[in-house]
Amino acid sequence: MLRYPVTSKSLHPGLSFFAALLWLVNSGQPVPAADATLPAADEPYYEWSMENLSITKSLGGKQGDAMRGRKLSWDRGKGNCIACHALPIPEAEFPGDLGPPLIGVGQRLTEGQIRLRVVDSKQINPLTIMPGYYRDPKLLQFVKKMYRGKTLLSAQEIEDLVAYLVTLR
Amino acid sequence: MKTLRALLLFAMTALPALSLAQSFTPKSGTEWLSEEAREMQDDEFANPGYFTVDRGLELFNATGTNGKSCANCHGADGETLDIARLTRFPVFDPLTQKPMTLQGRIHACSQQHLGNAPMKYDSKQAIALETFVRNLARGEIIDVETDGPLAPFVQKGKAYFEARRGQMDMACSDCHVNYVGSRLRAQVLSQGQLNGYPTYRLANQRVNAIHQRFSQCENRLRATFQKAGADDYVNLELYLMSRGNGLPIETPAVRF
Ligand code: HEC
Ligand code: HEC
Repeated sequence: MLRYPVTSKSLHPGLSFFAALLWLVNSGQPVPAADATLPAADEPYYEWSMENLSITKSLGGKQGDAMRGRKLSWDRGKGNCIACHALPIPEAEFPGDLGPPLIGVGQRLTEGQIRLRVVDSKQINPLTIMPGYYRDPKLLQFVKKMYRGKTLLSAQEIEDLVAYLVTLR
Repeated sequence: MKTLRALLLFAMTALPALSLAQSFTPKSGTEWLSEEAREMQDDEFANPGYFTVDRGLELFNATGTNGKSCANCHGADGETLDIARLTRFPVFDPLTQKPMTLQGRIHACSQQHLGNAPMKYDSKQAIALETFVRNLARGEIIDVETDGPLAPFVQKGKAYFEARRGQMDMACSDCHVNYVGSRLRAQVLSQGQLNGYPTYRLANQRVNAIHQRFSQCENRLRATFQKAGADDYVNLELYLMSRGNGLPIETPAVRF
């Protein structure tokens, strides 16, 4: 049962770098970044309605900002779309592939179609893994207390993302 | 248009589910490990999980409150433990009429036979003991019972695994059944098997117990999570361990 002592130094240097990198992505600990994600202010939940699998009106009448949306799309603590989708953003490395690449999405889908897919994809495919970023919180279950009654993103953030995604042509 | 949508929906949802259900072959998380991590896992001298195995061995041979040690009943270094029996945990406990995990068995022995005060479920000591004991069966094939009195508990565990939860509104099965092999950012999704547990995680640089891994995933879904040792987690462990029937025990594995 005797073994050489192993210190963290004896880990393969490349490996520990990779591990540290992955830690950023998938920490076993509650990550501070998650706390910074509390929905903006005490915003009301804006009801929305869909027609022909699209939401044509902006949420709460907010005006989206594409530059902010671009940032949100790969901000780990916010949209984190990069976890599942490839995006045309050079800084955002190692995209996931659970969802289709969003490159060219503005060409494939109208603004209203994009909005519904970001707001609540389960309206289209009830079994999708794509999170509903503005799904009615009443439809969620077993939600951790601090997130209860809240949407994943605020109406403004959704509009920022939509404004960004329509530019992807 | 309506029929087209219905068809499409069926194709997207029911078909993958059906084909998966028919052809499920359990695969260890090791299949998706990088080569470096795999080498680390296979080398007792490089695998940090073996520190915990050694710590568990010390505790196994240490005397409890009443002067006895685990070794009194199970031989020095666990020599007389029934290895085949270890592959069958969680087992049905006739006393409580519930499933009992390997760690549950360790807690019961510690209190009943060593006279110790209760340890916390997933305390460092309990994890070390569990890691040591399961490591004795490394390479043995998992063989958990799914019928008989355990059947309803397996079903409960399965239901837990398949229920959407949290603000992310995802089920465990979304990632660990429907998207196995896909990438969540840089992380490749595995089947969520338990054959390597307790396992050393590079992500947090320590040995992680089964119920800790459950709450880590639930935390990421922004879902409520259970206390280690809770019935829901025991049932989930039972279901997931039985889902890995046929896999070799790899404790202590190395994982991200
Ligand atoms: C956990 C995985 C996951 C995350 C995170 C995720 N998506 Fe998706 N997304 C999917 C999947 C899977 C689909 C495919 C649709 C389906 O399953 O029905 C999809 C589809 C889409 C579509 C439709 C694309 C098309 O070409 O039809 C858009 C738009 C989209 N996602 C935007 C986003 C945005 C914006 C974010 C972040 C705010 C995001 N997604 C985060 C998994 C994800
Ligand atoms: C959004 C995706 C996602 C969901 C949903 C999810 N997990 Fe995981 N899980 C991961 C990732 C990523 C890992 C680490 C890579 C791997 O082994 O799959 C992981 C790992 C695991 C492992 C360890 C597997 C190993 O070999 O080390 C277990 C067990 C597990 N998950 C159980 C669960 C349970 C139980 C649930 C539901 C309560 C759940 N997961 C929900 C993403 C997810």
